[in-house]
Amino acid sequence: MSNADIYHEMIIDYSRNPVNYGKLEDHDVTYHDSNPLCGDSIDIDMKIDDNKVSDIKFHGKGCAICMACSSVLTEIAKGKDLDEVKNISKNDVLSELGLENLQAVRIKCALLSLKVLKYALYSYLGKHLEGDQDVDKLKEEAANLY
Amino acid sequence: MQSAQTAFENIRKDFPILERKVRDNKTLVYLDNASTTQKPNQVIDAINDYYKNHNANIHRAVYALAEEATELYEKTRDKVANFINVPNRDEIIFVRGTTEAINLVAYAWGRTHINEGDIIVTTEYEHHSNIVPWQLLTQEKGAKLEYIGMDDNGELILEDLDKYLATGKVKLVAFSLMSNVLGTISDSEAIISKCKEAGVLTLIDGAQAVPHMKVDVEKLDCDFFAFSGHKMLGPTGIGILWVKKAVLETMSPFHGGGDMIREVHKYETTWNDLPYKFEAGTPNIADVVGLGAAIDYLTKIGMENIREHEIELTKYALEKLSQVKGLHIYGTKDISKRGGVISFNFADVHPHDVAQIIDEEGIAVRSGHHCAQVLMERLNVAATSRASFYIYNTKEEVDKLINSLNKVAEVFKL
Repeated sequence: MSNADIYHEMIIDYSRNPVNYGKLEDHDVTYHDSNPLCGDSIDIDMKIDDNKVSDIKFHGKGCAICMACSSVLTEIAKGKDLDEVKNISKNDVLSELGLENLQAVRIKCALLSLKVLKYALYSYLGKHLEGDQDVDKLKEEAANLY
Repeated sequence: MQSAQTAFENIRKDFPILERKVRDNKTLVYLDNASTTQKPNQVIDAINDYYKNHNANIHRAVYALAEEATELYEKTRDKVANFINVPNRDEIIFVRGTTEAINLVAYAWGRTHINEGDIIVTTEYEHHSNIVPWQLLTQEKGAKLEYIGMDDNGELILEDLDKYLATGKVKLVAFSLMSNVLGTISDSEAIISKCKEAGVLTLIDGAQAVPHMKVDVEKLDCDFFAFSGHKMLGPTGIGILWVKKAVLETMSPFHGGGDMIREVHKYETTWNDLPYKFEAGTPNIADVVGLGAAIDYLTKIGMENIREHEIELTKYALEKLSQVKGLHIYGTKDISKRGGVISFNFADVHPHDVAQIIDEEGIAVRSGHHCAQVLMERLNVAATSRASFYIYNTKEEVDKLINSLNKVAEVFKL
C-alpha cells in the first residue's frame, strides 16, 4: 500500500467528523493514555449495563489515523457484551478502514484507542469481577498491543 | 575562506545521501536538520580512515598506532577550542551529546552546589534536555525550577528573569542560544549580563546555534556551554561540554572509571587533570575524529557564509509559506532574531498527516512536539510540522515543499 493511499475518503471523513466523540459524565469506567513520541492522547469513557457496553465515547487529540480508528473502535464496541469487547482484535479495527498494511511507525496512531479500551475494560473487570482469569490476559494484551 | 557563491555551488556533491531516491523514485528533500544533519564524504572518510589505519586505544599505550590515535583525538580538542573560541583546551570535555553534557553539569556541578531553597531558571522554549535534568536535580535537593516566559512573538520575557534574580536565590540560569522549534535566537548578551550582575552562573545549550552561526564562547562569557556533533555534519554520539575553568575546578567527577584517575588505591582515588577527570572510560575516538573533519569542513565554508545562506533561504521560505492559505507559522518574523527553523500548522490537519503526505514526495520534515512539550503547551498545540535548513538546502527544495503542501490541501479538501 502506498502511504498516501491511507488517506482515503473514510479516514478523512472520520477525522473531520469523529463518531462517539465527547465525554460521558455518568461513565462506569474511564481510561486515558498517550503515545509519548507523537503526543496523540485519547480518553475513553464507558457506561456498562447488564454486562454490555451501553454507551461509549472518546475524546482527545490525534492525527487523522488516530481519530478515525477511535471512531471505528467505539462503533464496534457500542452495545456489545463485555466478552465480545474483550476479543476485539487489532485487525477488527484496521480492516474496517483498510489499514491492514499500515507502516510500523503509524500503527501506534491506529491502535492507541484499542489499547485504552483494553485497559479501561481491564480496570473495570478488576474492580467488578474479582478473580476473573481474563483480567490478567487482558492487561497483558493491552500492554503488548504495539 | 571562499566566496559565498563558490562555497555553496558544489556543496551537494559532497553529500552522497542527497542523491538518494526515496518512496516512489522521488529525490530526497531533507528538511529535518534541526534534528540531525547529513554527513559529507569528508566526515565519512575520516571515520573510515581512522578505523582502517589508526585504530587503537588512546592516552596510555606507547606503540605507533596508539600515538596516532591519541594525536587525532587530541587534535580535535584543539579544533573545537578554536571553532567556538575558547582559549583553554583543558576546559573542553568530550561527551555523547548536548543531553549528556547538561546531565553532567546537573550531576557533577549541581549535586555539589545546589541546596534546598535554591532556584534554577530555564525558559519555556527549551528542549527536554534542558528541562528534565533540572527537574531531577531540584526535586532531589528540594530546590525550585522556574521558567522565563515567552511572548506571542516567540521571544523570551526577560522581566521574568529580573523577578527571579531579585529573590537572591537563583544559582543557575540555563537557556538555549536558539530554540529548536521556533528558531528564536535568545538575547544571550542581556541574559548573561543580568546574571553576572547578580553573581549567577549561566549555562547555554548551543545545539541549534553552533552549527548555523559563528559562536564565540569567550565573548558570550557564560559558564557552561554544550553542543552536539551530529547537528553540524558530524557523527552521532559525540558532543562537547565546555566549562569555565574556575567552575570546572569546583566540580566532582561524573563517571568513575579508567582514564579519569591519577591513582587508585583500595579505598581512595585521586583524580586526573582536567579535562580527563570528566572523560571516564574509552571515549568515542572515531566519532571525535569525525567531528574534527566536520569542523574543518564548516570552517572552510565559513560560519558567516553559512548564516548568510540560511537567512536567504529562511526569508524565501517564510515568504512562500505565508502565501499558503490556512498555514500558520510560529515565531518571530524578524529574520535577524531567528535561525533556519520554521514550525507551522496547516489548517486543522494534524502534523503527522502533513508529514506523511509530503513524505510521498520525498520531503522529510519533522512532525510532533520536537522534545519541547512545555513550549507546545505554551503555544496551546499538540504538535507542529517543522522544516529546518542547512548548507546543502536550496530554494528549489523550498518550492518542492510548497508544492507538496498543495497535495495536503487536496487530500484534506482544504
